[in-house]
Amino acid sequence: MRVDGAEVLERTLTEDEAAILEAWNISLREGTSLQSGRIREAELQTQAKIVFGQLQGALASGGIDADAEHYAALRETLADISRSRAIQGFSPTDTANFIFALKEPIFEALRRKSAVDATKLAAGVWAAGKVLDRLGLHTMEVFLASREDVIGRQGQEIAELSTPVVRLWDGILALPLIGTLDSARTGVVMENLLQAIVDEEAEIAIIDITGVPTVDTLVAQHLLKTVAAARLMGADCIVSGIRPQIAQTMVHLGVELNVVSKATLADAFALALKRTGRKVVRQQATATEERR
Amino acid sequence: MDRIPILKLGGVLIVTIQVDMHDRLALALEEDLTTMIARTGARGVLIEISALEIVDSFIGRMLVSIAAVSRVLDAETVLAGMRPAVAITLVELGLELTGIRTALNVERGMALLKARFAEDGDGFGSDRDGLDD
Amino acid sequence: MTVSTTETLAIRSGDDVVRVRQRVRALAVDIGLGLVDQTKIITAASELARNTLDYGGGGEVRAEIVLAGTRRGLRLTFEDRGPGIADIEQAMTDHYTSGRGLGLGLGGAKRLSNEFHIESTPGVGTRVMIARWK
Repeated sequence: MRVDGAEVLERTLTEDEAAILEAWNISLREGTSLQSGRIREAELQTQAKIVFGQLQGALASGGIDADAEHYAALRETLADISRSRAIQGFSPTDTANFIFALKEPIFEALRRKSAVDATKLAAGVWAAGKVLDRLGLHTMEVFLASREDVIGRQGQEIAELSTPVVRLWDGILALPLIGTLDSARTGVVMENLLQAIVDEEAEIAIIDITGVPTVDTLVAQHLLKTVAAARLMGADCIVSGIRPQIAQTMVHLGVELNVVSKATLADAFALALKRTGRKVVRQQATATEERR
Repeated sequence: MDRIPILKLGGVLIVTIQVDMHDRLALALEEDLTTMIARTGARGVLIEISALEIVDSFIGRMLVSIAAVSRVLDAETVLAGMRPAVAITLVELGLELTGIRTALNVERGMALLKARFAEDGDGFGSDRDGLDD
Repeated sequence: MTVSTTETLAIRSGDDVVRVRQRVRALAVDIGLGLVDQTKIITAASELARNTLDYGGGGEVRAEIVLAGTRRGLRLTFEDRGPGIADIEQAMTDHYTSGRGLGLGLGGAKRLSNEFHIESTPGVGTRVMIARWK
């Protein structure tokens, strides 16, 4: 006679519920999830109880196909748990272990129940393995998808946040660049700067690269493109903040940056003021001296 | 045939391009401007393109050629009002508008030409009407 | 990858080049391309349409809206039965021109697109495909 693994599994889960849950909770407590302090034990136990209940329900409805319709509620619960784990910063192992930690208690219970019947034991273990593996994979898929979401959103935020165009004076803009320039970012930077030039009717834009870690041929090319586009619109660019080490590396690499450049943003600003016919003078220089 | 109108203000010829340029229109403009510079003795050409949604290499070539011809006739060309998207595209396309000065808008373009005339010691538009400020 | 709409436009005169630009603009707006990306694909289309006219002796362009997963893109295929290009690598080089242009057409169109593909047989014709993705 063929033994139905799902039935064996379901009966074991019902009859041995208390023992399995307890062993699962112990295993979860010993796991790294709790030790990281990111989740409380009570919360972990509540989650375990809900998942266990839904697993029982799904098995009772029939079958061990975790992709089937009657597993939908369980899959949704696990997805919620995975998503919150991803946001709370759990490692993938911790997240997957939540469901995999249920394996041992179930195998143990199956062994106790079907000790005399090897066929039953094998069928039950196979069924439990199949269901739990599929559910474990499901948690990983959701976990990864949530992480990718987070990464994508952060990338977008970084691109938007890291390219502020500030107005220094009438017709003088500054763009302090921070971080590495790749082609995607250059696109955003260029668009923001050029739009600001139109909005502010700016004659001069200062691109400050103090926060750019390295200037290789590619970065130089991106900078030159931005300068050239501004030029076409009728605005001049000054590049400032090329640190000595970067200047040295650039020369060694043979990177050419044929633009007006100044050592500091202050120097660039002074040049911009001069070009637009302005001058900064100290007011009552002698009075300041006297106060000292 | 359609033609793009050319305005004369002091010693400057002003052209505003507001339509999607087809080739015949572009060639006609080049011809008309050349004729006008020679006839009026204009010292500057101001081309305003803020309504232009694209500049491809054909229009780019027309602009470069207008500037080159103007220079031979002792007039300077200023291109005003290029849109950001057009500027980015031109740079990516690899088109350099050699010999053409640029300005953000007509006002700035006029100021640029005026400054150049002042350098040359020309009373810009002084013997003509229109541009006294 | 699936194609959701297809239309074909003839390129026989300078006015057709303007018409191609206008249709490409409408399609680029349809798939929600940003202003800069719109300008890039329209400019690339303008360059290639002019190539088709000037060097290929006229031809046609097939404009398609394509879907790959959740991404939408605009794909343009220019085809002519002109003399063809013997040395494609040379033709792709900036400032190389066999005619009266600036020689930026092919290389420029490539830089303005996300995808670029060219095939040409001397004496048979030339086909250039470009695509821009949202």
